[in-house]
Amino acid sequence: MGDLFSNLGLGFGVVFQFVQWAPAFLHGMSIPIPINILLCLIGALVGTLVGVLPGIGTIATVAMLLPITFGLPPVGALIMLAGIYYGAQYGGSTTSILVNIPGEASSVVTALDGFQMAKQGRAGPALAIAAIGSFFAGCVATVLIAVLGAPLTKLALAFGPAEYFSLMVLGLIFAVVLAKGSVLKAIAMIVFGLLLSMVGSDIETGAARMSFNVPELADGLGFATVAMGLFGFAEIIRNLDAGGEGDRDLVQEKVTGLMPTRKDMMDSAPAILRGTVLGSILGILPGGGAVIASFAAYTLEKKLSKDPSRFGRGAIEGVAAPESANNAAAQTSFIPLLTLGIPPNAVMALMVGAMTIHGIVPGPQVMQKQPELVWGMIASMWVGNLMLLIINLPLVGIWVRLLRVPYRLMFPSIVIFCCIGIYSVNNAPMDVVLAGIFGLLGYWLIKHDFEPAPLLLGMVLGPLMEENLRRALLISRGDATVFFTRPLSASLMAISAFLLVLALLPSLRKKRDEVFVESES
Amino acid sequence: MNYLRRTLATAGLALASIAAMAGSGQAQDYPTRTITMIVPFAAGGPTDIIARIVTAEMAKTLGQSIIIENVVGAGGTTATTRAARANPDGYTLITGHMGTHAAAVPLYPKLAYHPEKDFEPVALLAGTPILILAKKDFPAKDLKEFVAYVKANTDKMNMAHAGIGSVSYSSCELLSSVLEIKPTGVPFNGTGPAMNALVGGQVDYMCDQIVNAVPQINGGTIKAYAVATPERNPSLPDLPTTIEAGLPKYQVSAWNAIFAPKGTPPAIVAKLNAAAAKALDDENVRKRLLDLGSDIPKADGRTQAALAALVKSEVEKWSAVLKPAM
Repeated sequence: MGDLFSNLGLGFGVVFQFVQWAPAFLHGMSIPIPINILLCLIGALVGTLVGVLPGIGTIATVAMLLPITFGLPPVGALIMLAGIYYGAQYGGSTTSILVNIPGEASSVVTALDGFQMAKQGRAGPALAIAAIGSFFAGCVATVLIAVLGAPLTKLALAFGPAEYFSLMVLGLIFAVVLAKGSVLKAIAMIVFGLLLSMVGSDIETGAARMSFNVPELADGLGFATVAMGLFGFAEIIRNLDAGGEGDRDLVQEKVTGLMPTRKDMMDSAPAILRGTVLGSILGILPGGGAVIASFAAYTLEKKLSKDPSRFGRGAIEGVAAPESANNAAAQTSFIPLLTLGIPPNAVMALMVGAMTIHGIVPGPQVMQKQPELVWGMIASMWVGNLMLLIINLPLVGIWVRLLRVPYRLMFPSIVIFCCIGIYSVNNAPMDVVLAGIFGLLGYWLIKHDFEPAPLLLGMVLGPLMEENLRRALLISRGDATVFFTRPLSASLMAISAFLLVLALLPSLRKKRDEVFVESES
Repeated sequence: MNYLRRTLATAGLALASIAAMAGSGQAQDYPTRTITMIVPFAAGGPTDIIARIVTAEMAKTLGQSIIIENVVGAGGTTATTRAARANPDGYTLITGHMGTHAAAVPLYPKLAYHPEKDFEPVALLAGTPILILAKKDFPAKDLKEFVAYVKANTDKMNMAHAGIGSVSYSSCELLSSVLEIKPTGVPFNGTGPAMNALVGGQVDYMCDQIVNAVPQINGGTIKAYAVATPERNPSLPDLPTTIEAGLPKYQVSAWNAIFAPKGTPPAIVAKLNAAAAKALDDENVRKRLLDLGSDIPKADGRTQAALAALVKSEVEKWSAVLKPAM
């Protein structure tokens, strides 16, 4: 324990480092500047601003802003990058809530209830609870990394392809539970999402699948492209079709408080707690852990709720839980990087790139060899989360005011920003065209009561599931029993089977049908 | 009608002035504006890092900034196609590597460019040596035992690689062809996840670039048997070369080099080549590249002719080893 405090002390010492700043106009006097705190603040601010552009998710934001950190000293650069990462993450949630455009997979679930809250004039509380939940989750995860980072690494290593496949199966079951309408339609959407994920190169042979000789399709459909179409563009078409102007004007009149009420806080507190726990655990698993975390948390809240029908209609728990979970996961996903030096996902790979550029090649010894770097980064996570809270609570008012912009001005700007966002991810015009096509498809789906969320989740989980299935079978030489003979994998399969039975129990289905009776507005 | 004529006249004038500009912007005052360097991989990858380190120094020599544009996709071939079609004026360049400018030829039969026909070789930058790596409890002390074991147990071997078209995939295929074995290749999405599986012991061995492997080797989480270059690498001085360890036919290094679209004026290419060579002699650049475990080409390897010869031999080498990814 003493070790822990001295380590954290070392970390905070690095973060709170002051640099004497002696500009010429002060005539020899110098001002101490908390340089790393400033870098963290700037990073979080820039990350939020870029991340809030629809279509630009965390990976794109970090990739775009990575070069600005190249001129900084290594520790400062990494602290700033961590700030950018959290900022981008939070920026993605902001668009989910305000305009129903999830910037990345882990904020799809936030859009479900967050956007409904915004429609009811409660965008303020939704944004605020997202920030508060994220902050709380961030604090817990920081301590968790500091205390249990090293032992938890074993979990990441114990997860082989077979375990990942079983985890993804569990994820798909969650996706069914997510849907608020008919189970059949939800399953249809998941399967459609899985099919969409098959577009692109076959992982084992490199053969192009369903790419119709379009070179842009050779790498598959981008998440941002599809999400933007199905959520953003489709929503706009629907609004225009249904006389969105009137609908929106109503929203403006309804805007109540900016901050969550006492009741909101009471409702959210347990959800935040549970979301944090789930997120912290799942985040450690490289590849897909963070995505599953957010909707596992949502599913859990819906299952535990006395009145599950509120979910999908603006339940504040439905924002608090996934937001806490994805932030906790975002943070614990640093564990494999800090203890093993192995980047578990694309964002972390960028972080490793940044370290390498600064001459630090992370590895299993990075904790012993560069303690000030590792602990400085851990401390900066906490500071980064604090900055997010400081930046975003005042911003809530501004974001909410944005909603008051008349819809005839708002929708063209959303369309333009979406197009810029999609284009800038890969610099590919084809992506913009594809998003347009998915917009039309999304409109058709909305009109026929299909929900886009399960589709997106199917699309995100599809490749992870397929790749791990094939890896597991390659390694076992085609023996499918590996999924049931390896203990971790078997337990995950058992949980999946249990959940599936629960979901198919007639009593539950009856409840679902009640939920399904919904007046179409 | 009047309007149309006016528009056409303006357009004509604009075209004429562009042509005049292109004519005047000749080699002696090149470069007069910012140069774009396309990197066909994500920011932070080995090629990107090498390109950034070298171009930062080149920009000082040339007196204009060089902007890195990361364009990812299809194993780097999307970006390379774009570079091949760019205006050959010296303002759009690409940092290609062993994959995009050699291994892609046999891998993608429908490739929209040819490394030799569509590009002017500018300068070889630095190579990243390939290591033969295995999980930490792999039952072999040295490369000889490794070779014997892998040959005797081919059916049981799982070889990790970072996906079709990646450097680790090509390097592994070369190893299999040299050893005349057919192990089971297990594809991962990038070297990170592949390394994770190797550290976790889920796969048996892989071939990977030195940058990713040094910290794991030093940390004892994986084993290294040899480096596939003619000389030992300063970052792992105790690791024998494949020549010393008895597998001289296995020679592979992930080289990176600057290319310009075909038709770029020779004077401009020469100027860029000189700037690159100067950058590779800079103390700071050398130190940073060596820290990464890179191989810096010696003077005779830095000429355009040497790069052209390298591309030719590499295309032949990989065409013999790799089969098309359908």
